[in-house]
Amino acid sequence: MSKVRVLVGTRKGAFILTSDGARKKWDVEGPHFGGWEIYHVKASPANPDRLYASQSSGWFGQVLQRSNDGGKTWEAAGKQFQYASTPGTHTWYDGSPHPWEFKRVWHLEPSLTEADTVFAGVEDAALFKSTDGATTWSELAGLRTHETGPSWAPGAGGLCLHTIVQDPTSSDRMYIAISSAGVFRTEDGGQSWSPANHGLRSSYIPDPDAPVGHCVHRIAMHPSRPNTLFMQKHWDVMRTDDGANEWREISGNLPTDFGFVIDVNANEPETIYVIPITSDSLHYVPEGKLRVYRSKSGGEEWEPLTKGLPQKDCYVNVLRDAMAVDGLDPCGVYFGTSGGQVYGSPDGGDSWTPIVHDLPGVLSVEVQTLG
Amino acid sequence: MIRVQLPANLQTLAGVGREIQLEVPAPVTQRTVLDILEEQHPALRGTIRDAVTKRRRPLLRFFACEEDWSDVSPDDPLPDEVAAGKEPLLIIGAIAGG
Repeated sequence: MSKVRVLVGTRKGAFILTSDGARKKWDVEGPHFGGWEIYHVKASPANPDRLYASQSSGWFGQVLQRSNDGGKTWEAAGKQFQYASTPGTHTWYDGSPHPWEFKRVWHLEPSLTEADTVFAGVEDAALFKSTDGATTWSELAGLRTHETGPSWAPGAGGLCLHTIVQDPTSSDRMYIAISSAGVFRTEDGGQSWSPANHGLRSSYIPDPDAPVGHCVHRIAMHPSRPNTLFMQKHWDVMRTDDGANEWREISGNLPTDFGFVIDVNANEPETIYVIPITSDSLHYVPEGKLRVYRSKSGGEEWEPLTKGLPQKDCYVNVLRDAMAVDGLDPCGVYFGTSGGQVYGSPDGGDSWTPIVHDLPGVLSVEVQTLG
Repeated sequence: MIRVQLPANLQTLAGVGREIQLEVPAPVTQRTVLDILEEQHPALRGTIRDAVTKRRRPLLRFFACEEDWSDVSPDDPLPDEVAAGKEPLLIIGAIAGG
């Protein structure tokens, strides 16, 4: 019997939600690390019992946690994230040079094949790699030291590397996204990087189609189509079909194309999900209605999914790491809100139920399909 | 024995209670106490002071004998009452929130 495990990071701890393949009855366990901000919890695809968690606090700094038993017990892992060279400066909000400073780990991306290998995307934007189960970390400095690095400027949430996408057909190819520098691609396992933002247009930067400077919120890939990526940008929903050489807009009939999350149905590579957010100054869903929008045609044509979701007086946000899909058929879709609800759909988005109502504000949602 | 009291989040992280007792050879200073504390509880490294520079994290304070020792040199001797175990060294998280 299949089982799913949803890993939820919140502003005050981590929670683990489990269900069988029917995905109707849920057990809720937590909080783990109560009182701490948990930016991200993610499992190794190579060993489902190996979990990594980013735990942080404005008071006490960054902590990394590792579990070898699916989240029942945890042990402190390495938390030394030292830039590989003299950090130099990036661009501050006012345009002045600002020293690169480590603040926190936003995103942990375990290797697709090695349980002890994991990547960490951090603020101020850099990519780190561990090959010993998060005990020690080394920066893949070719990214941060890219010639455009001094021009990178933070978005409202900070200069964060928040998305790491591995190509399942080539361990040397990987994509990352930084707010607000944009997408970068490596073809050599992270040693060197190139901006991959051609086709993006952002009216909030002086040159709207500049090579870097775009506030990319999230990118997603279906593993069967590694050259196709979907993007939720600050404004605009985009896709590429040539490995990010060229992006094109697919916002179509969305009520607003601002948002944070985007994900792809596990069984249908052209079925994608977004949650439109009103605007960059109104970080809540439009018209008081929580609606997931689904496109079954790879974009442009979108349908609102509302069954089981609040359709009045709802003003929550859904952050960039807070949506995930399971690997069952029909595909399960999950997302968490700033109001502490985690919703799940066992039928590809047709209907939704709240798994939990009242957690702390949700920062991230990941899901494992087990058994 | 030197007595050190931790804020709640660090108690959870280190898996200890509110107060820890440490054997600290003289001289008893902030630095020597924190060195021993981190040696015995490695999970606390980097959470009270920066792991590299050893500077106090900005939102933590050190109190002892009703005095604020946060900005005192980490190599100055702590009060005799702390060295004698009569009074604890308090590690305090700044008040914040709403």
